[in-house]
Amino acid sequence: MLNKRLIAALIVKEGIVVQSIGFCRYLPVGRPEIAVEWLNNWGIDEIVLLDISATPQKRDPDYAMIERVSRKCFAPLTVGGGIHRVEHIRALLRHGADKIVVNTAAIKGPQLIQEASDVFGNQCVVVSLDVRYKAGRYEVCGNSGQDPTGKDPVSMAREAQRLGAGEIFLNSIDRDGFKEGYDLKLIRAVVEAVTIPVIACGGVGGPRHFLQGFVEGKATAVAAGNYFHFIQHSPIVAKAYLKKNGIDMRIDTYSQYDGFDFDEMGRICKRDDEYLNNLRFQYQPKEVI
Amino acid sequence: MISEQQLVKDYVLVVDYGVGNHLSVVNTLRFLGYRFRVSNRREDIEKAPSYILPGVGAFGEAVNNLKKLDLIGPLSEQVLGRKKPVLGICLGMQLFAQDSQEKGFHKGLGWIKGHIRALVPEDGIRVPHVGWNNIDVLKKDPLFTQVKDYPACYFDHSYYFDCREDAVAATCRYGEEIAAVVQKDNIVGVQFHPEKGQNNGLRLFRGYFNSINLKVTGYA
Repeated sequence: MLNKRLIAALIVKEGIVVQSIGFCRYLPVGRPEIAVEWLNNWGIDEIVLLDISATPQKRDPDYAMIERVSRKCFAPLTVGGGIHRVEHIRALLRHGADKIVVNTAAIKGPQLIQEASDVFGNQCVVVSLDVRYKAGRYEVCGNSGQDPTGKDPVSMAREAQRLGAGEIFLNSIDRDGFKEGYDLKLIRAVVEAVTIPVIACGGVGGPRHFLQGFVEGKATAVAAGNYFHFIQHSPIVAKAYLKKNGIDMRIDTYSQYDGFDFDEMGRICKRDDEYLNNLRFQYQPKEVI
Repeated sequence: MISEQQLVKDYVLVVDYGVGNHLSVVNTLRFLGYRFRVSNRREDIEKAPSYILPGVGAFGEAVNNLKKLDLIGPLSEQVLGRKKPVLGICLGMQLFAQDSQEKGFHKGLGWIKGHIRALVPEDGIRVPHVGWNNIDVLKKDPLFTQVKDYPACYFDHSYYFDCREDAVAATCRYGEEIAAVVQKDNIVGVQFHPEKGQNNGLRLFRGYFNSINLKVTGYA
């Protein structure tokens, strides 16, 4: 049985991981290799690393950073930002990426999707769509949400699939950083239009929103950026919550949070005193592989 | 004078044939403390004691690259003739097949009888097959000696290896039953990505390298 995926989207601006709000305001978090190391140890299913300053600065992807990050990453690493030619993709894969994300380049020249999937296979190419809701309709925007294209996300997702994209990474600009949950209507529309996996992103404030993404949005995988930072064991807690609510999740980490209760936001509740007291006498061996 | 290369026999050669995430494999080997080399030169292949064929890519491109580098002959000779152990990952495993239908028709290495066919999307089955799927282990040796039952492994593919039942060592279910691990004597191929499989992936590599008696030489 295929487990559902929980994905961390790390937004990297000028070499540091940031929390992003509405694609325009940013809060610094720290170095990407450290964020990746923690998320990997906490059993994240996949990491999507988006370098949002590469395209505006008109530079190539930061290969040295990807190489540093990949040393700490034993989960699948998908890299985006600054990819405009097939050579960029080849170099990224050489430097430790496992899949790549294209956004601006795919909007400007869709043949890049086709070329990339011919060389590296469909499964390697993820197409990211940043969507803004404006005047009663959805619109795909390029260049970190700054250039409106006038194109409809549903038809663009279909087009991307036809050209050979392996997955759609769907992000909502209006929801980004507002902790109000996914744009479920948008996700559902895109999921129903294509037969490739769709990753929902944008707006997660707590584990409850991941559940909505799966149940109401029908997303194949759920992603969040800001949620994962500054919360202890954030991926494990979210997975335990989802598992408790009937979603198939992979929990391979040492701490599993089974037996915990969750509040209405999906945060863990304190265990009773007796359980906590007994914890002191339990032996917690460290596994050596 | 004995050169370093003659002295050092405990290493694994990661074959770099142009498509593939071989740095991910190298990171894992480094983490587990094994000595390795990355090369696509004929003479390195003749000398190496064991091989890993990594792979992220399209079948046709991979076979063309192998042809261009003139590696099919030497690899087949070492693996089939001299029975050196080889581990194929994802596309590297699919290359063992006789042929593939991925974007046209391409001939493979033909080490294990079988064909590469496309997964067909249907209701609830999205293609490519991406994510952590639990696998049914049929043969525990050599890969699964260190892992618990029914482990979750990371898959990312839109084509699968359709081969005879006796070559299948593990299966997973995605619509239909597909081969997750194929093995025949010294040839082992995995459809999933153990180098991206977190702890389970590391345990799997440890089990495999123990079985081919590769020694740990130092941790990075």
